[in-house]
Amino acid sequence: MPDERLERLSHPPIPADSAPTTDRASRMPVGRRVFLGVAALGALGVVIGARVQNRIASSLGTGLGGLFPGGDHFRIYSLNGVYPSISATQYRLEVSGLVERPMTFTLGDLEAMPATKMVRTFQCVTGWRVNDVHWVGVRLSHILETVGVKSGAVALSFESYDGADTESLTLEQARLPDVIVAYSMLGERVTPEHGGPVRLYVAPMYGYKSLKWLSAIRVVDVVEPGFWERNGYPVNGWLDGTTGPTNPDPRLT
Amino acid sequence: MATTQRVRFDVLERVVHWLSALLFALLVVTAIPLYFGSLFGARLPRFSLEQVHLWAGIAFPVPFVLSLLGPWGRQMRRDVRRVNYWTREEIAWLRSLGREPLEADKFNPGQKLNAALVASSMTVMLVTGLILKWFSLFPLSWREGSTLVHDLGAWLIVALITGHVVMGLSHRDALSSMVTGRVSERWAETNAPRWLRDKTGESDSQGA
Repeated sequence: MPDERLERLSHPPIPADSAPTTDRASRMPVGRRVFLGVAALGALGVVIGARVQNRIASSLGTGLGGLFPGGDHFRIYSLNGVYPSISATQYRLEVSGLVERPMTFTLGDLEAMPATKMVRTFQCVTGWRVNDVHWVGVRLSHILETVGVKSGAVALSFESYDGADTESLTLEQARLPDVIVAYSMLGERVTPEHGGPVRLYVAPMYGYKSLKWLSAIRVVDVVEPGFWERNGYPVNGWLDGTTGPTNPDPRLT
Repeated sequence: MATTQRVRFDVLERVVHWLSALLFALLVVTAIPLYFGSLFGARLPRFSLEQVHLWAGIAFPVPFVLSLLGPWGRQMRRDVRRVNYWTREEIAWLRSLGREPLEADKFNPGQKLNAALVASSMTVMLVTGLILKWFSLFPLSWREGSTLVHDLGAWLIVALITGHVVMGLSHRDALSSMVTGRVSERWAETNAPRWLRDKTGESDSQGA
């Protein structure tokens, strides 16, 4: 083996033009360069893509920004292929469990309660977001006061009319001022695809915590992880890994 | 008179090709309703589609990578080297967009470029997909960037594969070589003359 190598070294290199098919000197690893170039471009996109995208989206405005891939538009989720269709008059929210007065609210009942308005960025945990979403609803804390929470209560379990999604919040989280039961979104009644007529909106947490088609709230003595949490998402879905409540948004009214 | 047939792809290469094609089809079929969610509305269970998409994506590189690793992969490794290395003539041919004359090797520069772009963009798709799956390990801005790159990359890869399929359908001999493994010498004389010449120079037992 070493002899062979020595022998090869002792031969002068073959001139570039003499043998086009076997000559290695005139061959270039273009494939590898293309590969590395595309990989580098991809990595750059991952690291600075969000910044570039936000600049483009804000300069184009919401309408055009929504056409830009990945930008400023909702990705509508459905767990089981159903958008429950519930009319405003049919709608009922049942609140039960460790409460003084189990109650069932109509949409009219909710709208008669003090309204909270918010303008917030809707942020999905997987990385898409929609800027400046308008919300109107009633604070969950207000509903809890109305029904009266019994001692021993620790958490809330939420159920959806889709029959699949569930969510959880600790009592402390549920009482934050920017956690609402929303009946208006994007300046109109919450549409069926967005979880209407009534959905949860948990502003300080990722989108999956804002359960759609809210049908029932049970006050319980233990946190019951919801659908996404049983599928690997954090139970406490604070935006960008913060560990506690965020300061209420200055635009919160 | 039937012309002599030449071995172009061994069994392993063909199996890897069609497994990859199957997984790619699965990826596209599941990606369409995920990407155009608002068009499909609630008619499809997004969560299940996402699981199929995820596992098809993770499985995608497996046949190819396994085929390269062992003693069974000599032919595959040789073809990967063929795709990687370009001669000056091939670069000139591509720069002139095919106007310069070229004695094509087993793969022409267009095929080589397509292969490099497919391999690299699928790698980018895999990595960004994994970031989106195991998002909690990465900062939020990276997740947003990955969503963007995955979305844009989807368009690129679909364009590349569409080009590949269209070329395959319009060159039936090339397509059937990926099914039977063989091409006629007559086809090779016009489409891969340098490969044919090199092969003829080799001993017959050498294979493709």
